[in-house]
Amino acid sequence: MKILLMGNPNVGKSVVFSRLTGVHVIASNYPGTTVEFTKGSMHMPEELGLSGETAEVIDVPGVYSLEPVSKADEVAVEMLKEGDLVINVVNATNLERSLNLTLQLLKKKIPLIVALNLWDEAAHTGIKIDVEKLQQTLGVPCIPTCAITGEGFKELVSRIKEARAGEYEYEEKERWHEVGNITTEVEEVTHRHHTFREKLADASISVWTGIPIALIVLFTTFQIIRFIGEGLIGYVFEPLFENLWAPLMLKLSNILGGDGFIHDILIGRLVDGGIDFGESFGLLTTGLFVPFGAVLPYVFAFYLILSFLEDSGYLPRLAILADNIMHRLGLHGMAIIPMMLGLGCNVPGALSTRIMETEREKFIAATLMAIAVPCMAQIAMVIGLMGKHGAVGLGIVFGTLFIVWIILGVLLNKTMKGESMEIFLEIPPYRLPYFQGLVKKVWMRIIWFVKEAVPWVLAGVFVANILYTLGIVDVVSRFAAPVVSGILGLPKEAVGALLLGFFRKDVAVGMLAPLDLSLSQLATASVVLTMYFPCVATFATLVKELGVAATLKSTALMIVSTLIVGGILNLVIGN
Amino acid sequence: MEKILSELKPEGKGNAMSEIVSVVKMKIGQAGKVVEIHGGAGMSSRLENLGIRVGEEVKKLNQQAMRGPVVVAIGKSQVAIGFGMATKILVEIVEEVFDENSSNG
Repeated sequence: MKILLMGNPNVGKSVVFSRLTGVHVIASNYPGTTVEFTKGSMHMPEELGLSGETAEVIDVPGVYSLEPVSKADEVAVEMLKEGDLVINVVNATNLERSLNLTLQLLKKKIPLIVALNLWDEAAHTGIKIDVEKLQQTLGVPCIPTCAITGEGFKELVSRIKEARAGEYEYEEKERWHEVGNITTEVEEVTHRHHTFREKLADASISVWTGIPIALIVLFTTFQIIRFIGEGLIGYVFEPLFENLWAPLMLKLSNILGGDGFIHDILIGRLVDGGIDFGESFGLLTTGLFVPFGAVLPYVFAFYLILSFLEDSGYLPRLAILADNIMHRLGLHGMAIIPMMLGLGCNVPGALSTRIMETEREKFIAATLMAIAVPCMAQIAMVIGLMGKHGAVGLGIVFGTLFIVWIILGVLLNKTMKGESMEIFLEIPPYRLPYFQGLVKKVWMRIIWFVKEAVPWVLAGVFVANILYTLGIVDVVSRFAAPVVSGILGLPKEAVGALLLGFFRKDVAVGMLAPLDLSLSQLATASVVLTMYFPCVATFATLVKELGVAATLKSTALMIVSTLIVGGILNLVIGN
Repeated sequence: MEKILSELKPEGKGNAMSEIVSVVKMKIGQAGKVVEIHGGAGMSSRLENLGIRVGEEVKKLNQQAMRGPVVVAIGKSQVAIGFGMATKILVEIVEEVFDENSSNG
């Protein structure tokens, strides 16, 4: 049996999905978090009177209507043909909006059951729904639920067997009218005064207070991420590696005889007779230290804050404030979502460009993100490398990338055919993130990072060792020297780092450490590493999302703009 | 756009019973009944899906500077509408809202 979860955007379908299947998916408080179909399976428990079999559950991206207005809608509507049963997730705080889709689903004559989700929030805001009456009117089971706490789920599951094709009949052009009638019939709204959250909601988008609040939020975010990241590295991860792991590795080094091929691959080279996690460059030393010791603390800090912002409902408000600037880049406000996600890792950033309506916008958003938005892994390494020189170096790197982001966006907007779409979105209410949900989400992202990133880091370290051993880096360096030294002002040894950047940006930045670069060279190299090419994982995602031709176009833009920007940087700040 | 507006807008101030303006021209805090949506079927149905239909009442909550998006309250929800789109939604002003705490719906 195939069960489809359908409903308007941002009504909590993904949370319902997690509840039913135990498969955890990312859910946030803004429309469009789910851009892909997620499939899971659920057991139909016999003790609740069900078949005892396993059903397939599909989390369908949110739609407002079955009359598709975008490509994403079309796919969702197409999906309906394959389902055996629909759980229509309805927003109890906005019944009228939701019922439009419900009535359309009823016309499809597919077995239907309605989950009145966000029931607790509806009660809080003074909305009472007569469930019995609604059930009678629609002719299908309606169950109040609160997906986040799991209330109502036992009933929802046990009544799946009662799902049936509705008999509610109406004239198509009278649909909104019908919706209005039903809502008035079953819903009772008690007037409430503005709550603190609503006042905050108004303040965070109003003309005078919105921007200052945004600046405070972003600044605080940055400070907290640095505080947590640095703290974890300084007090937890570095001591662990230095005091526990390093002695073990030294022992292993002795057992392996202190040199030789295997020793160099696993341990790398010893620096002053000891392990240097930054420079030794073996699989078990640098290969483990970079992802776990240097990057993970920042990735954790970033996802903690991002998840909080997502669940609170602040991001759509930021989108409204940024809409103006984004239009100049050929995008609209919601494009901040791929940019923010890209700061964590470019792969989910590239995936989320699907929330953009047109191919043009998707291309601009993906290209800008891939070129000018460094991922947290790289940022962590850049901070580690340059932080000791004070804020100037970091300022040059991030300032340059920001300027590139703006200029390139303006140029793309001017040169590419077509107009930018308008922002149009429902602004969700502020919600206090649910602690357990937040923890789960951060955990999922950490696991995802470890699974996706660590193999690439290890592969990168391994390949780097092989390339050096075989002398390939030397050969490439000789060919690349005119560009790398001549235009970018970097020593030819930096070519190794640039080669590794194809695998992982964090390892690549790490490879700059032993080169004795000046601060301006470090800054140039960091900018170049961000811009010139996305890492393999991001590249593969871009191909999947944009197609081969557009990805190649995007890549050409990356290479050309890297040479220009790197050259200018070298001229301006180089020695 | 301006043309359509001037055709619909009653000439001279005092003699019109009600004023018809685009959402962009509404004052913050003002409520209006949607009387016309000038846009393709695509735009109309997008608006409709979020409850912005002819006959419904919207209240303008704010507007970002320099042709930024307009935020309106419709029923129990808030919707952000891009500037260009907002110029195509015409409303008839129904009341001037001074009371901060009143909510419509």
